[in-house]
Amino acid sequence: MAHTFRASTRARRGADTRAWLIVASATVVWLIAYNLMQPLANWITFSLIGLDAASRPGHAVAFFLYDVPKLLLLLTGMIFAISTLRTFFSPAWVRQTLGGKREGVGNVIGAGLGVLTPFCSCSAVPLFIGFVKAGVPLGVTFSFLIAAPMVDGVALALLLGLFGWQLAGLYLVSGMTIAIIAGIIIGRMNMERHVEDFVWEIRSGDGAVAEEQYTWTRRFAEAWEQVREIVGKVWPYVVLGIAIGAGIHGFVPEDALAGIMGKEAWWSVPAGVVLGVPLYSNVAGVIPVVDALMAKGAAMGTMLAFMMAVVALSLPEIIILRRVLKPRLIATFVGVVAAGIIAIGYLFNLVI
Amino acid sequence: MLNVKVLGPGCANCKRLEERVRKVVSEQGVEAEVEKVADYAQMMRWNIMQTPGLVVDDVLVASGRIPNEDEIAGWLVK
Repeated sequence: MAHTFRASTRARRGADTRAWLIVASATVVWLIAYNLMQPLANWITFSLIGLDAASRPGHAVAFFLYDVPKLLLLLTGMIFAISTLRTFFSPAWVRQTLGGKREGVGNVIGAGLGVLTPFCSCSAVPLFIGFVKAGVPLGVTFSFLIAAPMVDGVALALLLGLFGWQLAGLYLVSGMTIAIIAGIIIGRMNMERHVEDFVWEIRSGDGAVAEEQYTWTRRFAEAWEQVREIVGKVWPYVVLGIAIGAGIHGFVPEDALAGIMGKEAWWSVPAGVVLGVPLYSNVAGVIPVVDALMAKGAAMGTMLAFMMAVVALSLPEIIILRRVLKPRLIATFVGVVAAGIIAIGYLFNLVI
Repeated sequence: MLNVKVLGPGCANCKRLEERVRKVVSEQGVEAEVEKVADYAQMMRWNIMQTPGLVVDDVLVASGRIPNEDEIAGWLVK
């Protein structure tokens, strides 16, 4: 018995070493490819196709050829890293951790864990029920639910690739701030009775659950599965967004948009938020366009508010959450988050 | 006869899991009934936080992901 146990442990360690070797080699290939993109795109545009570096079409084509592979590489790397990290945080553990936390600290931890635990909108209801039934305060649950879609890996990877780490960091901090404050406000409003009654009556947790065993091989395999699924789903939007962005870069004159999307147009912030709601889940296509708009005079706060509305206030999620929340609470949730996003938009237009 | 439940409200991932389970069942010739559970109150018996969930003979074996066919076969073929 002891002998076979040792043998299986050894086999597992061997598999893990192999998995690490594969990931390490892939990282090296990734780094080389990432650094070759710019010279390669320039060479194809200016030498192979022979476009003039100073011309508008030349500018647009070089931009497109460089950005598409760069962003897809960044997305792949980022989603893989986040998904690997995510295997360490099971939802059950998150729920247990948040169960004992009070307002304030709980909201901060809730928002932080929301970033690490992305979920598809169809999981919003079971997550909500699971949290509330485990005694996680309503406000803390909302901090989690707001942060998870707002600060997700796809948005961060694209911001990092197009705008640099400063703006990606700013986005992360503002997104978490909105999630924390909105959660505290909703918590203070004592809206427990606006949760659908059936939620409180559910008898949960009497089913048996099999323990899941995690090895590095399995963590990497699951992360790779996530990469294939997410990148497979968003790449057409990225390509389309960059194509539109390249067109704007090459053909729209400088400062053409300052009048309607600039700082002076105060109404553009709420307008951006309203416009963002129906564009849910297409953040991958929206961010490259935003990048191009900003180069032509659109204000950063306005664009930040627009992007946040795209991810945080999605129509399908609102419809799904209606299953567990009464209309008053849904309206409060949407209102508080929208107000937070608009405030962030004005703040950045004012400061930067 | 095995009882297999796919927990999920009907999103794309839940449908893919159900298809995969049915494929394994027919390929391996397992005697099993596969049912879909779309009711949240029922799903929460296993405290799942992320869909889809897979329950084999009343034990939750996976949730929040789509297991591959080998894994599914491992749970169904004893």
